[in-house]
Amino acid sequence: MKNKETENNGFDNINNNSANNSFKNNVVENNVENKSVNKSNKNRSNNEEELLISHPPHIWNGFSTSKLMYIFLASLIFPVASAIYFFGLRAFWVIIASTATAPLIEFIIKKARKKKFIMDGSALITGLLLALTLPPRIPIWMVVVGSAFSIAIAKEAFGGIGYNIFNPALAGRAFLAICFPVEMTRWYLPQNFGTDAVTSATPLSDSFVYEGSKIALYKNMFFGNIGGSIGETSALLIAAAFIFLIILRIIDWKVPLIFIATIAIFSLIWGEDVLFQVLAGGLMFGAVFMATDYVTTPVTNLGRAIFAVGCGLITFVIRKFGAMPEGVCFSILIMNGFTPLIDRYVKPKPFGFVREKIKVKTKS
Amino acid sequence: MVKMIKKGFFSKGLKLPENKISAFMPIRKLPVPGKVLILLQQHFGESCTSIVKKGDKVKTGQIIADSDKLFSAPLHSTISGTVTNITKTLNPFANNIVNAVEISGDGDDSWVELESTAMEEISVNLNKIYSGKPDDDPKAVKDNLQDSQSLWNKLIKVIDETSKEEIIKKIRNAGVVGLGGATFPTHVKLATKKDIDTLIINGCECEPFITSDHRIMLEYGWQVLAGAYIIFKVLSPKTAYIAIEDNKEDAIKLFEKLIMEAGLEEKFGIFSLKSRYPMGAEKTLIKNILGKKVPVGGLPMDIGVVVNNVGTAKAVYDSVSAGKPLIEKLVTVTGDIEKSGNFLVRIETPISDLTACCGKFNIGKMKVIIGGPMMGNVVTDLNFPVTKAINCVLLKQTKGMQENNCIRCGRCVNICPMNLMPLMYAAYAKNGKYEVLREYYISSCIECGSCAYVCPSAIPIVAYIKTAKSVLTGYEK
Repeated sequence: MKNKETENNGFDNINNNSANNSFKNNVVENNVENKSVNKSNKNRSNNEEELLISHPPHIWNGFSTSKLMYIFLASLIFPVASAIYFFGLRAFWVIIASTATAPLIEFIIKKARKKKFIMDGSALITGLLLALTLPPRIPIWMVVVGSAFSIAIAKEAFGGIGYNIFNPALAGRAFLAICFPVEMTRWYLPQNFGTDAVTSATPLSDSFVYEGSKIALYKNMFFGNIGGSIGETSALLIAAAFIFLIILRIIDWKVPLIFIATIAIFSLIWGEDVLFQVLAGGLMFGAVFMATDYVTTPVTNLGRAIFAVGCGLITFVIRKFGAMPEGVCFSILIMNGFTPLIDRYVKPKPFGFVREKIKVKTKS
Repeated sequence: MVKMIKKGFFSKGLKLPENKISAFMPIRKLPVPGKVLILLQQHFGESCTSIVKKGDKVKTGQIIADSDKLFSAPLHSTISGTVTNITKTLNPFANNIVNAVEISGDGDDSWVELESTAMEEISVNLNKIYSGKPDDDPKAVKDNLQDSQSLWNKLIKVIDETSKEEIIKKIRNAGVVGLGGATFPTHVKLATKKDIDTLIINGCECEPFITSDHRIMLEYGWQVLAGAYIIFKVLSPKTAYIAIEDNKEDAIKLFEKLIMEAGLEEKFGIFSLKSRYPMGAEKTLIKNILGKKVPVGGLPMDIGVVVNNVGTAKAVYDSVSAGKPLIEKLVTVTGDIEKSGNFLVRIETPISDLTACCGKFNIGKMKVIIGGPMMGNVVTDLNFPVTKAINCVLLKQTKGMQENNCIRCGRCVNICPMNLMPLMYAAYAKNGKYEVLREYYISSCIECGSCAYVCPSAIPIVAYIKTAKSVLTGYEK
């Protein structure tokens, strides 16, 4: 009934892959569901055709990476809207240049590395996020350079999606900030179409002076009518995108909230204007779209909390003591570097964990 | 009133599409197979050695293999006939080579003489009451109720009079093992010397498609309750619960009625649990009912709990009341086929006999899954036999999936009922660094498949975990 051939026809691929080398192939093959060759069964009435083999589970919820990425991309419509509304056509071209460059560069690099190019939307996200963190009047060629750096160096050089240590968009921004410090810090007040642009300092820099009441300042910061990177100014629309992402369970709500709360608490301790610190600069944008990036942040709840507190702390220190007016970008990049460490040492305790047992094990 | 506890908080559960197509299909009995190949290991523990020789005549229910080890259960001939061969074969479910006894049937299906007990007559009468159609005449209903109450009283009295040792001996001789899938020998479970304060009868069938436990509860409800009472008597816990998910309202109602009629309100309560995956897994079930956690590497007994499947309870009752060995099993056949159904089959019936009763289906591009879609393994041959561990044969047409890079979204970590980090298993196993996985508590994994189900990159995490586990056990040896 069952002979040697049955035994060798791939059935033992399922569990018993003790050899390392054969394992990789088996898993990949089984996943694509190779047909098992049932030579021995050919003669039997029931097995004229071949049966498929694969691993459990045999059902999948169908929520793929690209679906996830496109939903995230959809949420970015909110900051894109504010960018175009406040900074006009110029912002539109920055966004187009960056978003178009990213997948193109990824395609070229995948071809050069002889890997399969999968259009899963992650490159679009990187390009778009980078564009939204740039000042409105940056030359387009710089945008292209930054976007290319994000994909080529910060993402593909590490091995592509899932392997990058640093958030590609932020790495691209940091690269541009270091290479072109003048262009990257030339801020403009939001302009309506047609009128000439007026340079202005961002609210966080020392030279920033606001003529008017504090309430009006908060109001402008909340709605986005203030100088800054094209996508980061409107707290309202970023909050809308945040709620959209939470409802669809794309991002973890804890990270942005802890990040912002840390800044608020330290501002309170240092006697800073709490509301101003929270609304100013790229904090909201970074907390919602950058600190929640899957690849470059820890995976456990506690790890994510540590990550968010670290981001908040470093941001506050840079803002308060550093040479730069804003520190969200660098704080997230620094914490990205800590992510592998956090994942290694902050593990959830398994169900029914008993401390004594582990101690006995390590002794023996 | 029966204690009805509704509890539904299960923070880390998955809501799966239920697909319980065969839930309303009554149990059908399949004819006795002509020839069987009995695998000599169908339970957790030591394998049995055959005590019959080639050419011996055997009867249905006769013990053909046994072991003197504790962690073992005897095996019985499931048909009557002649032993034609004693051979070795591949056990498709544990992936090892086991001894097997081939028996050619004579078509008579003549049984060995079963021990008759005082319970038998009561059983026959109880069966009459419960298997009959519901009466419209209120007087007849009342009579029936009184009848059943007096019968239950008698039955409970008989059970109370039977000694604990005798019950355990009978259960062992009948070869009863845990029918929830783990096939842990029941007599070992019941002979525990630990203090047990809660008994849970597990009627949670959390995997999609499977309906065999549901049908057992509906059609053999009173046997399940009687079996549960026998187990209760042996273990003498403080309380006992019958745990049923809230998607099986009919079973909950039936058990409420049965417990009332049997007068066991004091001892038995019903737990109505939210239907989430993996609710039926022993550890999560105990956590949800009692709030207790089974320690890593421990058994439920360590915290004073014993969990038994409803099918096991029925088998216990059959063995104690009539000495009937465990040679029949209820199997759901479902999936992408014309007619799905629940079949009561002799153990060792080939799967092809089952699928033959289900109408036409296209075998090309079909996976034959033994068990549910989340944890079941596939077989490559429809002639593999039904064993004690099987409760479902699922035929499923599937598309191939492409494995992508892990994007570390953390969904597997959030969903893991055992609080583990499944993405690490896949990442390290891919590179062959199996040793590191001990640091991530790989032995705690129950292989429920939730992580792979939610993985957006379609990584076969369970496959990596299974490989890593087998490699690590290899290292230990």
